[in-house]
Amino acid sequence: MDGGVVPTLAPALVSVEDLTVRFVTRDSTAHAVNGVTFSVRPGEVLCILGESGSGKSVTLRALMRLLPPGKTRISGSITVDGQDVLALNPAALRRLRGGLVSMIFQEPMTALDPVYTIGDQIAETVMRHKGVSKTVALARALELLELVKIPSAASRLNNYPHELSGGLRQRAMIAMALSCGPRLLLADEPTTALDATVQIQVLILLRKLQKEMGMGTIFVTHDLGVASEIADRIAVMYAGRVVEEGPVADVLANPLHPYTRGLMASTVHGQDRSRDIDAIPGSPPDLRQLPPGCAFAPRCSLAAGECLSAVPEPRFPAPGRMARCVRLGVPAFA
Amino acid sequence: MPNTMTLPTSMIEPAAPKQRGYWGSVGNRLRYDPVTVFFGLVVLAIILAAVFAPLLAPFDPYKESIIGRLKPLGWKGHWLGTDELGRDILSRLIHGGRVSLLMGVVPVAIATLVGGTLGVVGGFGGRKVNTAIMRTMDVFYAFPSVLLAVAISGAMGGGATNGMIALSMVFTPAMCRVAETATAQVKNLDFVEAARATGAGTLTILRYHILGNVLGPVFIYASSLVSVGILLASGLSFLGLGVKPPTADWGLMLSTLRQSIYVNPVVCALPGAAILITSVSFNLLSDGIRSAMDVRM
Amino acid sequence: MAMIDPDRGGPAQPLLIARDLRKHFKVKGGAPGAVVRAVDGVSFNVFKGETLGVVGESGCGKSTLARLLLHLIEPDGGELVFDGDPVGEIRGISVNALRRQVQMVFQDSSSSLNPRMPVRDSIAFGPYVHGKTKAEAGRIARDVLVKVGLKPDLFGPRYPHELSGGQKQRINIARALAIEPRMVILDEAVSALDKSVEAQVLNLLRALKENFNLTYLFISHDLSVVRYISDRVLVMYLGAVVELGPVQDIFSRPKHPYTTALLASRPSMDPARRIEEPPITGDPPSPINPPSGCRFRTRCPHAEAVCAQTQPVLGAWNDQDSHIAACHMQVPESGHSLAIRTH
Repeated sequence: MDGGVVPTLAPALVSVEDLTVRFVTRDSTAHAVNGVTFSVRPGEVLCILGESGSGKSVTLRALMRLLPPGKTRISGSITVDGQDVLALNPAALRRLRGGLVSMIFQEPMTALDPVYTIGDQIAETVMRHKGVSKTVALARALELLELVKIPSAASRLNNYPHELSGGLRQRAMIAMALSCGPRLLLADEPTTALDATVQIQVLILLRKLQKEMGMGTIFVTHDLGVASEIADRIAVMYAGRVVEEGPVADVLANPLHPYTRGLMASTVHGQDRSRDIDAIPGSPPDLRQLPPGCAFAPRCSLAAGECLSAVPEPRFPAPGRMARCVRLGVPAFA
Repeated sequence: MPNTMTLPTSMIEPAAPKQRGYWGSVGNRLRYDPVTVFFGLVVLAIILAAVFAPLLAPFDPYKESIIGRLKPLGWKGHWLGTDELGRDILSRLIHGGRVSLLMGVVPVAIATLVGGTLGVVGGFGGRKVNTAIMRTMDVFYAFPSVLLAVAISGAMGGGATNGMIALSMVFTPAMCRVAETATAQVKNLDFVEAARATGAGTLTILRYHILGNVLGPVFIYASSLVSVGILLASGLSFLGLGVKPPTADWGLMLSTLRQSIYVNPVVCALPGAAILITSVSFNLLSDGIRSAMDVRM
Repeated sequence: MAMIDPDRGGPAQPLLIARDLRKHFKVKGGAPGAVVRAVDGVSFNVFKGETLGVVGESGCGKSTLARLLLHLIEPDGGELVFDGDPVGEIRGISVNALRRQVQMVFQDSSSSLNPRMPVRDSIAFGPYVHGKTKAEAGRIARDVLVKVGLKPDLFGPRYPHELSGGQKQRINIARALAIEPRMVILDEAVSALDKSVEAQVLNLLRALKENFNLTYLFISHDLSVVRYISDRVLVMYLGAVVELGPVQDIFSRPKHPYTTALLASRPSMDPARRIEEPPITGDPPSPINPPSGCRFRTRCPHAEAVCAQTQPVLGAWNDQDSHIAACHMQVPESGHSLAIRTH
């Protein structure tokens, strides 16, 4: 596999600069995303890896401006295919969503409309974005269902979402997301709710379609295993910041940030049954009261005085690698 | 079981999040909600005025005057004028609040107790119990509430007590349904199953795990019924099915003053304004409390 | 706590025997007579001091099985024997006595703890129900909080919404331990937790088991976690046991094609060796009308005529080391072309 080898000359499809998202409520302000910068090239799969509260899903939703406008404060810049997403007017935003950029979710049951058949829903999207007739749109829907390998696709067109199994529903949602040939696919834990034997099928399908269609993809997951199956590069998020980024094979083989190392040690995968797992102690920080320094410092065995005073600046110890840690040279946990 | 077990320090949670408790955060939300605070104060003022009516009323609410009938606002110290028998409107409004509040609150309290209990039993009990209770309630539900109240107090005769009984019967089915829904929802949650798994009996589970979670929605609904109660009670009095003259009551006042609407429209409208202000205040207060209690953290 | 004879049956007596457990749910609004065969004739032993892992995909009946073991759902058939005593029979022990010795930890969810109760009261509830005074129950709650790594003064007075997922799960474990059970059923107890927190809770569960001689039934969909924590593993598919055996045997020499597929479906964790072809295709079929014969045959790469005709039986186990699978390929002369031969 091409573990992280991507054409370096292609201009970025997505570039996010210093993205900050805050949720303001009457009681408090949650600092969900705190200065995130990354870019994705066409045809590249970036996995954003993080635990709950890391800001990975919020970042993804910000890319499509899906966050509730009333209580969300977004700053920074998001450029998708040359368009400044944060400055788009509602009409341009609608063209962007589902046209240039589309999204698949964890729970297809909530993302699909329960009162329309699968065929109607896909056809509706095609008609809206391409302005074709219903007949043409339905034919396209059938093509798409075949593309995502739904068995006996023609009869499935007339099924309602609840009549499909979890795996088929997820495939139907992927078909809908691909209906207008997006250049950027956003995936929010699309395989997390699926059974193990179904998850791997959907992952392989997504990987194949992504390659065939050359889509840039941002894939949010909490699962290192899923990332290892699909990512070209991964960005590890913690408390709203990207703490480490690099080609997937390099990061998994040689994690730089203590959090990434801790996460890998915590992920149960063939550990010695007679020993405890090297778990990271403590809990993630409260996003309403982030510490002034490195947010991971309170749980980090390598933390020193300088970690507590200021948020570490990104460092680039090797080509394509980034980590926000001031103790990068320090040997790993004892 | 040996009681000496020491966990390695790495397994001990270092700190708990510092937050307010549930009621703390509800209180905090209310504090920053000026609308609810304002109408809360209005409701408090109305209640206090009713309780201390004899001290606050400037005149005897039953003292009639042949010459001072239907006088305008401010006439001879009568700030809000006088009614068709020359009685002081302000004093009658203050005294009338007692009856109206009582008619609003007592039936709701009775309905909460009776309907709430039936609802919890129906929600937690088996299918047969549930069907028996809920279908009976549905029969009452089938009638429009005003019609039912009028029919019941019409059949039993007027008077404040019968009016309250009628309103209680109107409110009970609604209260029962709210309690039943809340109970059925809580009953299926994991912590109730966990309590069953520890071997707890039905009554213990009801007492410790169901009631606390059902009371919230029940009280919120009850507080919203108070304003309906005041309106219906006034309606009954207006129709002559509630309290009897010469008792000071807003609905009754509205009914007797309405014949004089061409003589002094402002004074005639005052009991209506009192009903409106009170019921709106109760409504907005209960609305505010509901949104403050709707904390999903 | 009134100590219930610590080890009545002796070390060789399985702590829990389940025989032919059955639960069929009526399908709401379905055709008359349509039933979900959630648990359809499940038999197994849980030996003293072991951790028996139960794995399977959604709809395989593993959660229903957990609830049947505690009679939280009434079984339609089958029997339970706890440490030699039949449950719910005159000569055995009552369901309530069973619940005093077997506790359950649910998946952490917003509903696993009473939102209107400080967590220490949730923990004290069990001992209180079993006859302790409120003061004694409160003291037990403090002790158990320490045991699960939470400072009682800091965490006891908190409400569930003030705690993180990991902390709530520690409370759930504390609640189960408060009445000093001999066996704990963990139903997806770490599945909803973040990986870093999951590791903490797994370590805690291991420490608690060692300290209090507990026996675990560990239900999970995560094979890696089950491999780490279990001594033996039971694999379920559509309400039936398809394979049962010691953890090393199951993971290194699976006998049932379903187990093989499950194992092969785990992500590689190595971008250089990605899985190129799905080990099996399709979704698990609906448990309403499971396939005839072997339930797995519709997705099995080795399915033959015999698989549709007769349902393979799991075979009998002898001891903790027995490794058995319900597959025609495991039975000599079953009629399957790949059946093992006896010489």
